[in-house]
Amino acid sequence: MTKMVLNAVGRAIPTHIKGMGDLTPFKGAFAHTPGPMNMTPRAAWHKPGQSKMTETIRQALENCGLADGMTLSFHHHFRNGDHLVNMVMDEVAAMGVRDITIAPSSLQSIHEKLIPHIRSGVITGIQTSGIRGEIARVLSTENLLKTPIIIRSHGGRPRAIESGDTKIDIAIIGAPAADAFGNVNGVEGPNACGSLGYAIADATCATHTVVVTDYLIPYPACPVSIPQTLVDYVVVAEGIGDPQGIVSGATRITRNPMELLIAEKANEAILASGLVQQDFSFQAGTGGSSLAVAHFLRQHMRENNIKGSFASGGINGYLVDMLEEGLFRTLMDVQCFDLKAIESIRKNPNHMEMSASYYANPHNKGCVAHQLDVMVLSATEIDVQFNVNVITGSNGIIMGASGGHCDTAAGSKLAIVVAPLFRGRLPIVVDQVTTVVTPGESIDVLVTEYGVAVNPARTDLKDRFRENGLKTVEIHELKERAEKVTGKPTKPVVTDEVIGLVEYRDGTIIDTIKKVVE
Amino acid sequence: MKQLRRTMLFVPADHPGMMFEAPVFQPDCIIFDLEDAISLKEKDSARNLLVEALKAIDFGNCEVFARINPLYTPFGEKDVRRLVPAGLQNFRLPMTESPEDILRLDQLLTALEKEHELPRGELKILGAIETAKGVINAPAIATASPRLIGISFGAEDFTRSMTTERSQTGEELFWARSHVVLAARAAGIDAIDTVFTALGDEEGFDREVSMAKQLGFSGKSVIHPSQIKTVHRIFTPANDEIIHAQRIINAMHAAEANGSGVIVVDGKMVDSPVVLKAQRVLDLAKGANLLPGGGEA
Repeated sequence: MTKMVLNAVGRAIPTHIKGMGDLTPFKGAFAHTPGPMNMTPRAAWHKPGQSKMTETIRQALENCGLADGMTLSFHHHFRNGDHLVNMVMDEVAAMGVRDITIAPSSLQSIHEKLIPHIRSGVITGIQTSGIRGEIARVLSTENLLKTPIIIRSHGGRPRAIESGDTKIDIAIIGAPAADAFGNVNGVEGPNACGSLGYAIADATCATHTVVVTDYLIPYPACPVSIPQTLVDYVVVAEGIGDPQGIVSGATRITRNPMELLIAEKANEAILASGLVQQDFSFQAGTGGSSLAVAHFLRQHMRENNIKGSFASGGINGYLVDMLEEGLFRTLMDVQCFDLKAIESIRKNPNHMEMSASYYANPHNKGCVAHQLDVMVLSATEIDVQFNVNVITGSNGIIMGASGGHCDTAAGSKLAIVVAPLFRGRLPIVVDQVTTVVTPGESIDVLVTEYGVAVNPARTDLKDRFRENGLKTVEIHELKERAEKVTGKPTKPVVTDEVIGLVEYRDGTIIDTIKKVVE
Repeated sequence: MKQLRRTMLFVPADHPGMMFEAPVFQPDCIIFDLEDAISLKEKDSARNLLVEALKAIDFGNCEVFARINPLYTPFGEKDVRRLVPAGLQNFRLPMTESPEDILRLDQLLTALEKEHELPRGELKILGAIETAKGVINAPAIATASPRLIGISFGAEDFTRSMTTERSQTGEELFWARSHVVLAARAAGIDAIDTVFTALGDEEGFDREVSMAKQLGFSGKSVIHPSQIKTVHRIFTPANDEIIHAQRIINAMHAAEANGSGVIVVDGKMVDSPVVLKAQRVLDLAKGANLLPGGGEA
């Protein structure tokens, strides 16, 4: 039996996993000192006239020397319109290769087609930010992989790749547009998705990089997100993406009155923090209340003639409007959420593409997340220690993604979680979250429709709120209020089998995900 | 403290989630609707749900009403008979056309007060005037019962009864609105303006709420939580109004203390209607918790 130790958020963590090696338990947001980097860019050579064009995905994989036990990486800018992961893994299976670890930056419900490859042993390891849909349910309820899934944040993933923790043998780059020499951009073609921020570490560090596109453009592509210097092979293949699943037309502010109410309260808290001044920086998720916070903040910025320095993260049309209105000087974009954002990153030099490492990796020489003033976050659950879960449902089944949650929470001056007190019959504020993704020490404020709770560690913030007339409640009061209606939530029934490890951004293990008994 | 009725939020009584969430938006009043929002086959189950909700939900400072079905339907009396023992005190009577409609409900409530040993007169009525006949009879309706805390105007049915349509500018409602509010104020009770259904038209809503306030209404019925903030903003006195009103009242107290009948503010004499208006501003401010401790400024 593997030895277990308690980490800094009180979760029992195995010290060793067979096939993975020793694990380091989470010690605190900035307590872990990284070891020396061991990733060395591979030596490469190219002769004039040598073509990179390859007829098929299969041929490209063969050229890369695909073999049992390798790691293949993918990026998720095609979101739920991504056919490429499925196409490549079908090919891998057809080639008779087994024991592959896939390292996509995220998996969506469309990837349920991988389930047969998992069952047959073609895929035996998964490293990703999140998993949704049927594939998540199957992985949560059946112990199918040789080693547990590793859940990584958007900053933790490039950290793992750049440090050599994850050694990518073949990076598959789904390219909205590419030239025959491997220059890639995300702003042209039917599958335009804008920023290619998540794919950059893969292309940089993989032993082989294969670009797959359905939109070959004349050399040289312009602009270039992933340059020819990193690319081994280019394949033209039809049907790699479905534009319908890639982007929406325009992201709109929610009309849900509860989400708006929570956003308005969050905005009041943000203003009371005193951080909204000239050149402040801001990030918010695109979901319900998070984006609506930007809407309320926008009114305040207009009325008080405040211009922010940057907004970052996943970028949508609403933030583009704020850029174009002069309310932010720059957008720093790891992922475009809608057509308006794609159009903006294409034409506006103040809308910058950033790699996931530049965005959130704690082990480079400075990431954007560490420059953030205000970060608005969501939560599937938050506990009385302010620990946040965004990966599993209260039933224990994986249903979300770590994303940039723990990165931006750790980096920002004010990390504010917006969440309703109830979702359906379930309370959101609980004694202990099902899975810790972001440690409570990084979360400063929780805003619900029933009140604003400040992390007791932030006495300075509590004082400032009081001075500015913002009423607060204790998080325990919110929990009790919720439980009065819902009763104590029941914990999911799980076995001892660890099917997932939630890695903190620094590579330590903050929690495990156990196999759920349905 | 003056009970504010700036907003009356309609909530269909067959949506447990919406019923539970309604107080969070802090309307002054919540009206659980058993009438138009509930289909005929759902009348009984919605009533049952409301009875349970009244026992279970914490409504905070919101004044709770039910819009019962008219008493001439098979549902109205059943609504009242079930809701009184569940603790409901305020009944909005739709389609009120005559003082007799109010008296019929009054008599039922009197009987139920006796039956359930409730203090006499505790149960209140808000009469909803929604037809041409109701508007004509508004003065008589407004004085029909001491249980009446207000009358409301409903434009949707009213325009139907007038064989016209609601317009953006509202000329077709102007006389009726004025008549209803005049009747209410003459009777010393509240007047509540009709709903505004074009949810996306924020400017139009702002305009209509301002007009309702200007005409003398106490508040407005609202159909969506997003409308509450606008109504409260318009119906709540601004800071400088409150400060000015407080100075007038202070001057009145000073005059009383000096045994003087003359109230002077900024060197000018202030007469009695001005004092009464100032008192109303302070009442509204108190009700909206804008005065420290809910008391004197």
